[in-house]
Amino acid sequence: MRRTIRPQGWIVVAALAAALLLPGARAEAGAASTASDGIALSNSYAGNGWRQQMLKMWDLAAKHGIAIGAIAKTKVVNSDNSAPQQATQISDLTLQGWKAIVIDAASPTALNGVIQQACSAHIVVVVFDSLATAPCAYKVAYNYVQMGEIEADYVAKHLGDKGNVLEVRGIAGTSVDNDIHQGIVQAFAKYPGIKLVGSVHGNWTQSIAQKEVAGILPTLPKVDAVVTQGGDGYGTFQAFKTAGRPTPLIIMGNRQDELALWKQLAGGPGGYPTISLSSAPGVSSIAFWVAQQVLAGVNVPKTVHVPLLIIRANDLDAWLKAVPPGGVSTPLYGQKWTEDLIAANLGHSALPESPIPTGVP
Amino acid sequence: MLAEIRLPSASPRVLLPAAALVAMLVLIFAMEPRAMSYFGLTLLLNFALPAVFAAMAQMAVIAAGDIDLGLGPFISLVNCLAATWLTTRPVAGIVALALLVAAYAAIGALIHLRRLPSIVVTLGASFVWLGLALLVLPTPGGGAPAWLTTLLAVRPPGVPLPVLISILVGLIGWLLLMRTSYGTVLRGIGGNPRAVARAGWSLLGGRVALYTAAGILGVLAGLALTGLNTAGDATVGTEYTLVSIAAVIVGGGEFVGGIVSPAGAVIGAWIMLLTGSLLSFLDISTDWQLSVQGGILILVLGLRALEERPAA
Repeated sequence: MRRTIRPQGWIVVAALAAALLLPGARAEAGAASTASDGIALSNSYAGNGWRQQMLKMWDLAAKHGIAIGAIAKTKVVNSDNSAPQQATQISDLTLQGWKAIVIDAASPTALNGVIQQACSAHIVVVVFDSLATAPCAYKVAYNYVQMGEIEADYVAKHLGDKGNVLEVRGIAGTSVDNDIHQGIVQAFAKYPGIKLVGSVHGNWTQSIAQKEVAGILPTLPKVDAVVTQGGDGYGTFQAFKTAGRPTPLIIMGNRQDELALWKQLAGGPGGYPTISLSSAPGVSSIAFWVAQQVLAGVNVPKTVHVPLLIIRANDLDAWLKAVPPGGVSTPLYGQKWTEDLIAANLGHSALPESPIPTGVP
Repeated sequence: MLAEIRLPSASPRVLLPAAALVAMLVLIFAMEPRAMSYFGLTLLLNFALPAVFAAMAQMAVIAAGDIDLGLGPFISLVNCLAATWLTTRPVAGIVALALLVAAYAAIGALIHLRRLPSIVVTLGASFVWLGLALLVLPTPGGGAPAWLTTLLAVRPPGVPLPVLISILVGLIGWLLLMRTSYGTVLRGIGGNPRAVARAGWSLLGGRVALYTAAGILGVLAGLALTGLNTAGDATVGTEYTLVSIAAVIVGGGEFVGGIVSPAGAVIGAWIMLLTGSLLSFLDISTDWQLSVQGGILILVLGLRALEERPAA
């Protein structure tokens, strides 16, 4: 009656289990310099312009690192915004014997187990952009609270401590959005004349920002300024234009369309004073060099703060020239710059400014 | 009377994926000899644990001729509960997990009594699970109970933990579903429900039993994931819905007729997991991983169709 022949499957599995017990070859020992080391990048998602630019900057930094003999090899693995998939990939990289693994994480918590596992295997783990909270990992972190404060201070000073401000926020529930918002609110608390009259979630996307701002505009009094989070400045402008409202002071991000808009507005009568604040995709190159420095035995703090990319009117032309249409502005950070950054973090002194681009990267 | 129920002839169904798995492992060991150690295999197969439990849960539902589209978010919910309540208020956590299993049993009963399509009910349930997970843990965080992380860090002598548990789970599933008479009845619910009913068995009871098993296995998948991740995240399990279905099918199961194989489901879960590692060791871009996983699925179904034609 029972014609199952399943046990055969189990014989195979048992044979596999036996094969697993054979001892494997062990890897060679490392050298004092990092010239023979490999640094791998595990990226959680590659499906937007910022991440594409981030991957390009990694590629440039790693190729340069190989050319000057700082490291021997690199490798990039992308997961499909899935934490278990990325965790498996990090396990694979651990197994392959990479000396350092740099991670843009799919979840702040879900990778902590494999990160700990990699650390236990004496692998240097550096997280950046979308961080993971595992204590053993080095964190290359932006201070997003400060980003909100700088925006709010600029707006308040420019408006002379008097006016109505609209806030365009990022994706709800993310720590980046919470931090920027917190910075804006606590900085505006110092200026009693400034009033936050409305807030929408633009999700760092021009089309969504335009739709959301257009939706709230009819309910608002005159708006004097808009604080943003980047990727939403151009859409915000379009919403004001379509509604026939005067263009307020809009804080810009680092997308090409935002910088081009700024340039266009600045060419008009009376100019257009604003600033651009953002996290630069080139932070991957900082993470690369931080990993290399840790491998080289340099004293690196567990959290390395990086400066925001701030573009002022004087440098607008240089930045605009360096970014292709539809692209995202970013510097490529070098080894020397990263060494200065680490020293500034250790000494609690002012962080070095982002280098201004000299050509198309 | 029970003999009327057509039993699936399983041998080529399981041998094909087993051969594929052996080929994959041989390739992986050839490319990366370090994988062929106790430590290497543990690393390589750690995430087999949630995948194997998820595949077995999905198999229980598919055995009833149904399909579970809510399994991934269910695993996320268990992950969130385990990383919060189970750690801080163990009693409340255990009660909550027991209620989740009861909810699965209720879904099985609902589908049977109201003759609802399982695909719609479980899709609806998936949003309930996601919503509850976000309520329990709005932003990723929490921490796994210490006993759970310790349990998953156990290094049994000889055989790595994920290998050992995979084999045990498959073996228990095989014994229960293929070697007991009630197991035959359960598979008959998806295969020939009329014969099962005529033989005097309760179809409702059978479906509830299968869904309860799915609920328990789903909870185990969520707990395993929590122990590995050491924290909670409300969206972490999403991919397990499709991975578990693929594992059951690759492992010799079929969407209709109660044709499933516990050993096959375990092997299928390993295959889906190791595809990515193999591509990585072959230095093929990870961007290809999803396409290759889909390609394997189509290839397996195609080969099976070829194989079955002369036999039929």
